[in-house]
Amino acid sequence: MSSLNYIFKRLLLMVPTFFLVMVIIFMLVRMLPGDPAIAMAGDRASDADIQAIRERLGLTEPMLVQFWLFLSNTVQGDLGRSILMRTDVIDVIADRLPITVFLTVYSVVLSLLIAGPLAFVAALNRGRWPDAVIRTIFQIGLSMPVFYIGLVLLTFLAAQLRLFPVGGYGDTFGEKLYHLFLPSVTVALYTSAIIMRNLRSAIIEVLDAEYVQFARAKGLPSRLILGRHVLRNALISTVTLLGLSIGNLMSGTLVTETVFAVPGMGRLMLEAIFARDYPLIQGLTLTFAVLVSLVFLMTDLFQSRLDPRMRLQ
Amino acid sequence: MDENTPILQVDGLNTTFYRNGSALAALRDISFSVARGEVLGLVGESGSGKSVTLRSIIGLARRYGDVTGAVRWQGRDLVGMADRALRQIQGREIAMIFQEPMTSLNPLLTVGLQLEETLRAHTDLSRTARRDRATEMLDLVGIPSASQRLKDYPHQFSGGMRQRVMIAIALAANPKLLLADEPTTALDVTIQAQILDLILQLAQDLDMGVLMVTHDLGVVAQTCDNVAVMYAGRIVEQGPVRDVLREPRHPYTVGLMRSVPENLPPRSPLYSIPGVPPGLDALPVGCAFAPRCASCIAPCSQDRPTLSLITEGRQVACFNPIATSQGNAA
Repeated sequence: MSSLNYIFKRLLLMVPTFFLVMVIIFMLVRMLPGDPAIAMAGDRASDADIQAIRERLGLTEPMLVQFWLFLSNTVQGDLGRSILMRTDVIDVIADRLPITVFLTVYSVVLSLLIAGPLAFVAALNRGRWPDAVIRTIFQIGLSMPVFYIGLVLLTFLAAQLRLFPVGGYGDTFGEKLYHLFLPSVTVALYTSAIIMRNLRSAIIEVLDAEYVQFARAKGLPSRLILGRHVLRNALISTVTLLGLSIGNLMSGTLVTETVFAVPGMGRLMLEAIFARDYPLIQGLTLTFAVLVSLVFLMTDLFQSRLDPRMRLQ
Repeated sequence: MDENTPILQVDGLNTTFYRNGSALAALRDISFSVARGEVLGLVGESGSGKSVTLRSIIGLARRYGDVTGAVRWQGRDLVGMADRALRQIQGREIAMIFQEPMTSLNPLLTVGLQLEETLRAHTDLSRTARRDRATEMLDLVGIPSASQRLKDYPHQFSGGMRQRVMIAIALAANPKLLLADEPTTALDVTIQAQILDLILQLAQDLDMGVLMVTHDLGVVAQTCDNVAVMYAGRIVEQGPVRDVLREPRHPYTVGLMRSVPENLPPRSPLYSIPGVPPGLDALPVGCAFAPRCASCIAPCSQDRPTLSLITEGRQVACFNPIATSQGNAA
């Protein structure tokens, strides 16, 4: 089967997934304590005002009707109007999505740049001091909460040394790289610790594999052995781990975007929850679900490129 | 060159690994030589050091432990050789094939690439010339429609075919010596004979020495010119295959031969040497085989017998070797 065919099939399989996601989103939002109509109307609104808002939002309809409306509107790309922003949810999300995607990709790239070389150094020096030093530092990194690392970096590098901006986003690609460096590093430190541990043990395992012994016995240059034979095989489990931790990474942006005042989807989500902005919460959750599913799909595709045994017949 | 001039001369080879603070004497005082075109068998139980011997010769063992002594390859010593210089010999002059064809080929790379990378490291052939040579090698080891199969991955081959691929890769750069680490153990019996024949045929055609590790005395009898029997990291008996198998002198060799079920009536109990080999971190003071040996005498547990010449071409390390009984087949 061609990979296009496969992608199409996988996308088709996402339909039931998203239906379930939407059921869960719909239920969860309606189980939240608090009434959005009251929140919207403000403290001094009369009962009649509140009732009017309820009707306008369709909250007076029976649950099933509400769900049907939610479902059919969503399929047509209408995620409703944000109570908080007073614009269409889809526009708000379209506005914030690129920022969070940029931040996440940036974090992944930084994690790999940090974890990759260090995992190699640690694995090749297994049991000796470089290994011990690297593992200890990452152990400390793993045991510190993300927001704490973020705050430390922020106060030290941005507020005191003024090396980086304390917030904001930037317009050009270069500016974005600069503005989002600290938030990305904050997320990346945690992720790279996980990747480093996994990659290190994967490399150690692969280094002792018979096919690496065979490659050595063939008299191949070390570079080639490490790059072609060791790294590729070690990456298989690490790519899986990275794909699985993308959910974590995204919830990480919730915290870092707030700490670093980055106007992305994570921060928007927090604001939406505090404002009981049902349509926005629903839209954001759905977007996160779509993103995570796409990442899983990409992970699988990359995996099958890497490992011929996983190519799908 | 004279037929009997050794190309490989191993002299007093010791290999020690360290695990959890204790030293494992994996090899002690290993000495033998391989002549051009000779097939030398190394036999013994698991853990006797056969594999480690091969890995010490080709420079794989030193990454994991200490290797001392001398491995003389055409006048140069491989033990102390720098990695860079050693790589010019690995795969080019001395090649090695492994026991498990399932795990010894990289699952992520096509067999064509795994063949060509050897050629690239050791020859000046152009890309197309390498492709031609790769096809030729697969053809040589008997893989049908070789040129198409270069694009295939190891998992697309059966076990026997994979072992052929490994042989093709090992021999691609025309080595003078092949180290074969139980090349048929993981294969079906019917395939075993084919692979052994292939190795012998190629060795003969290419005038290549072979150091064949096996625990199977049947393989030794079929394929080898000379044999060295190993026990607990040492060679205990060595000589021409015919002589050793007809008239084994070391009690351990006798035990090994008795363990091969041959001409037995159905349902008769199988023989096995009593006891287990000693741990390499706690070898006995005297002969390592003494605790399991039926011919054990007083000095065996105090002193270690050295490998010494007893008759022309025969060496045994035993204080109380089995007596010869001229004319009786073992």
